[in-house]
Amino acid sequence: MSAEVMEVGGGSSPSTAVARGRHGTALFWSELHLVFGRARTWVLLGVLAVVPVIVGVAIRLSGSEGDAQGFLGQVAGNGFFLIVASLALSLPFFLPTAVTVISGESLAGEASLGTLRNLLTAPAGRSRLLAAKMVALAVFCLAATLTVWLAGLIAGFVLFPVGDVVLLSGSTVSLADGLVRALGIAVLIAASLIGLAAIGLFVSSLTSTPLAAMAATFSAFIVSGILGAIPQIDVIHPWLLMYGWTSFADLLRDPPYWDEIVRNLLMQGAYLAVFYAAAWARLTSRDING
Amino acid sequence: MVTRGLTKRFRGGQVAVNQVDLEVPAGSIFGFLGPNGSGKTTTIRMLLGLIAPTAGTVELLGQPMPKAQLSVLPRVGALVEGPAFYPFWTGLANLLRFDAADAMADPWTRKLRAGEALERVGLSNAAGKKVRAYSLGMRQRLAIAVALMQRRELLVLDEPTNGLDPQGTREVRLLIRELAGDGTTVFTSTHLLAEVEQVCTHAAVMSQGRLVRQSTVADLRAELRPRLIVRTPDLGLAAQTLSGLGVTDLKQSADTVDGDPGELPIDKLAAALVTADVRLHGFTLERPSLEEAFVALTGEGFDVAE
Repeated sequence: MSAEVMEVGGGSSPSTAVARGRHGTALFWSELHLVFGRARTWVLLGVLAVVPVIVGVAIRLSGSEGDAQGFLGQVAGNGFFLIVASLALSLPFFLPTAVTVISGESLAGEASLGTLRNLLTAPAGRSRLLAAKMVALAVFCLAATLTVWLAGLIAGFVLFPVGDVVLLSGSTVSLADGLVRALGIAVLIAASLIGLAAIGLFVSSLTSTPLAAMAATFSAFIVSGILGAIPQIDVIHPWLLMYGWTSFADLLRDPPYWDEIVRNLLMQGAYLAVFYAAAWARLTSRDING
Repeated sequence: MVTRGLTKRFRGGQVAVNQVDLEVPAGSIFGFLGPNGSGKTTTIRMLLGLIAPTAGTVELLGQPMPKAQLSVLPRVGALVEGPAFYPFWTGLANLLRFDAADAMADPWTRKLRAGEALERVGLSNAAGKKVRAYSLGMRQRLAIAVALMQRRELLVLDEPTNGLDPQGTREVRLLIRELAGDGTTVFTSTHLLAEVEQVCTHAAVMSQGRLVRQSTVADLRAELRPRLIVRTPDLGLAAQTLSGLGVTDLKQSADTVDGDPGELPIDKLAAALVTADVRLHGFTLERPSLEEAFVALTGEGFDVAE
């Protein structure tokens, strides 16, 4: 059979079995293509890019430093802080919304289109498909925060004077050093979104209706936020998804406080492990009827 | 491809597939028949590892499913329950994606193979169009193209001619013949009996989740007793003559007499009628269609069962 098989198809005979795995990355690239090849994704990124512009223009038009506290108050004096302020402002709502949409869509979208059965009979392998989906989600999280970083950088430099950066700890570092720290913040915030992305992936594995998956994921996010706002149950607060989300600011100290940052990363890693495992258990045992 | 005692009971308790023992010989064109809802698609989903059987086993190309799916499925082209694509992508992009999902597919020849597959199903001109703009027939062709992206040892096609116009149906038939000629085993479900009669070497019939019949098409056909139909104005005389010669089960209609000639030589019957001065306007031996046989097997007309 193998000689015959080689003739047209190539790559489907037992003799090419050694080549297996060598092309295993194709699915991962294809997943990225699927996420970033859609207009919807670019609309979401576009909305995120608008955040720094709106914030910058508003501060510029008001023409004063106002009474704003924190990063926002420093934007007029140094455009650099528009990057940090925009990332901080996107974190509670815009970024989670974007992650919810993309992660809720991931498996439920394939199931509703019916393309899941084509992928599985290709065969993609259920575990491998799930891994490709999660990697694509992580890349999206990073793309989302880098979009805000870049838009903040451009808007900040265009609208305001820029210069050396005064850190939270009082010391001053060069603008270049500050930009690298802001980039680090973007990466940390992307990592903070991984837990939510994993929840979205899991919920998405439960249903064939992308909208339901998105709604459920967003509800989980809101519930987590509400629980975090109830002081009577503060024993569970350190274990909530968003507890360590603000730890990124510790990167703007000299030297940075790593404790909270590392704790947040471990927490996100734990959320990822639990919900990824749940998604795996679900997908590998699920009957694909759609 | 072999199944043993394949059974699927859905959560509600409904048994969609009940103790099915299929045997699809290598190199055959196997027609998988049955009314809508008889369990064909559920069986196919189990064959391909999409759903887990409640009981029973599946062996695909000599290997157990779904255990060996990653090594077996690359050698199997599949079309399950109608075409499913990303509507916001072009036909070509869809093909590339499903091929990329197979780790054993060669990425260097991917575009080339996609082009060939599109040409084979007559979609070359629509390759750059978004699938959203495809007609159902075009989607069906694209789904067949997915199965043809690689040289396969087995093609599992669920209703491949659904939604196709007569010309498209013919093309698919020719394509199936051509592929089978190259040594590919083709397993195709259908509720169109004409398809089976025209291309299949083997057939199996499902009814209400059970496999009610499985054999070669030639055997099925051999069992169907031909009927002699005599068109004549001399109905009484013809019937009398035929009856005298041993033709049984005679029936008369407005201008024909028909009956079961059994093993009687047809030419002699014709000569006898002429000798008896029966004016012959027509004299034919007609085999009943497979459809009649299958209606008998499934106990209902096609396309009506739930």
